[in-house]
Amino acid sequence: MFAVRGVSKRFGAVRALDAVDLDLSAGEVVALVGDNGAGKSTLIKVISGAVTADEGQLERDGVPVQINNPHQARSLGISTVYQDLALCENLNVIGNLFLGSERRRWSLLRKIEMERTARTLLSSLDVRIQDIQVPVAMLSGGQRQSVAIARALVGEPWLVILDEPTAALGVEQTAQVLDLIRRLRDRGLAVLVISHNLADVRAVSDRTVVLRLGRNAGEFRTAETSPEAIVAAITGAVA
Amino acid sequence: MTTLAKALRRPAERAARPGGVGSWPVVGGLIVIAIVFGSLNEQFLSAENLTNLALQLAATGTISLGIIMVLLLGEIDLSAGSVSGLCAAVLAIVHVRHGQSALLAVVIALALGAVIGLVHGLMFTQLRMPSFVVTLAGLIGWQGLLLYVLGRGGTINLPFDGAIARLSDTWLPPWSSWLIVVLIVGVVATSAVLNRRARRGADLPLQPVHRSILRIGGLTVLLGAAVLVLSADRGVPLLLVIFGALVVSLDLVLRNTVFGQWIYAIGGNAEAARRAGIPVTRLRIVAFVLASTLAAFGGVLAASRLAAVNQSSGGSDTLLMAIAAAVIGGVSLFGGRGRPYAALLGILVIQSITNGMLLLNVDSSIRFMVTAVVLAAAVAIDSLSRRGSEQ
Repeated sequence: MFAVRGVSKRFGAVRALDAVDLDLSAGEVVALVGDNGAGKSTLIKVISGAVTADEGQLERDGVPVQINNPHQARSLGISTVYQDLALCENLNVIGNLFLGSERRRWSLLRKIEMERTARTLLSSLDVRIQDIQVPVAMLSGGQRQSVAIARALVGEPWLVILDEPTAALGVEQTAQVLDLIRRLRDRGLAVLVISHNLADVRAVSDRTVVLRLGRNAGEFRTAETSPEAIVAAITGAVA
Repeated sequence: MTTLAKALRRPAERAARPGGVGSWPVVGGLIVIAIVFGSLNEQFLSAENLTNLALQLAATGTISLGIIMVLLLGEIDLSAGSVSGLCAAVLAIVHVRHGQSALLAVVIALALGAVIGLVHGLMFTQLRMPSFVVTLAGLIGWQGLLLYVLGRGGTINLPFDGAIARLSDTWLPPWSSWLIVVLIVGVVATSAVLNRRARRGADLPLQPVHRSILRIGGLTVLLGAAVLVLSADRGVPLLLVIFGALVVSLDLVLRNTVFGQWIYAIGGNAEAARRAGIPVTRLRIVAFVLASTLAAFGGVLAASRLAAVNQSSGGSDTLLMAIAAAVIGGVSLFGGRGRPYAALLGILVIQSITNGMLLLNVDSSIRFMVTAVVLAAAVAIDSLSRRGSEQ
């Protein structure tokens, strides 16, 4: 159970977040939606430690926690997949999966252990990549997104945040990534997905949280809600 | 069109593979050079000339090795030539004018190189100056300092029978050359067997056996041929062994340590590396320190060969040849791709052209133009392979 309670954040005169609440629990996919400038990015930056909130608090299992930098977020079991994926195109899949947390003995890379872990991880997520020794530059967009998501799991996190995971993908690759997100949920992870694409949101999320102009503007059980109601909440029209 | 694209794609995929076989075009180029010059002048492939060639490689090759360290980060070091000259001058001053031991003089020269690299690294990372500008200032400034410390005399001769000069006049007796070959092949074969066993134990896919056998066999033939040829003249030069050892150790470090992995990661995507918690600033400084230290060592080797340091030490085309060697050998200027072997292959190409043209009595104007064409072709291959890999 992870909770955001009354978090506010100002950038100069702009109120990016205004007393926002958000609950995330294990085994649930929550979609965070809203128009441009609604505060989605700021909210995930607060949770992933890239930005510190002015007011409000973050709670893990009811206990207040401090997240002042990305490192603290990671040690709390929060893993973020950025929209730009942050992959090193020249490194192979294994190198990217373990980027910055390479398995080592003294300073020597434990290549065989890393390759075995990588293969196990990828096959448990049903990610198909013919040769994991080729540079990531050779992979398709969907495969890269899968590698970035798989990397988020290397540190055994509890919560995975995905920023626009399907934004740059074609139809088939989008379907692959959505499948992958469902598998994360089946593993018992809490998943927070930011998306502009309401079709994807409906396909994959259990709950939809709407932000509008930095405030909570509605929360829906996705399966029981019509797309029109969500759109109305996003645009602020009376539903 | 599609076949052309495919033909271009194939070397591209190879070149983009870190630790792959991206050097085949260069090897092909070397074979062409050997055939052309060998048929134009029977001297070119003689044991004596090939031994001279081996001697000529070491100094600029070592400087090139340092440049590869910064190229891998996607940066550039224009100061390497000047630094090599300056450090050689300091070596000569400490050794000859102050009468200190050769070893101490070498250590001081290398330490000076390290300090210069540290200054470059700090200017690059802390003052956020582009590496091009930092090292351009270095190129001019350290050359100025070289002229200043040499003073009016301008030339310092190293004693011909001194330890430094003898460095480049030491030849391995055949038995020790062969011993080294046996050791290298033994270590490579053993590690291949051990690696295969470990992979089988971990249930990982194995490469076909014949590929390993081919690789080890090829290595044996290559090393054996080199020793055979060089022993027919004066023997394997110590200088070549030193340079080879540097290339091999740097390659092992880059491929098998966390440090090396991080260098490649920064060269590939510095922002991603930073977000993954890699100490990008520290590694950049280390790379600049390594680059200048290797440049200093290259300067020491050049001084040893010339048995003197003068105002043109590390000047003229030293820097350009060192950069060209790295690029011809397959190191990408965009960072993150290439291996230290590029220094060896690239400098082989450049020195063979230089050496062959000198044998043919061709004017240096022609030599420069031919080198330029080779360099341009190498960069074109690099760009095409990049485009190919980006799909």
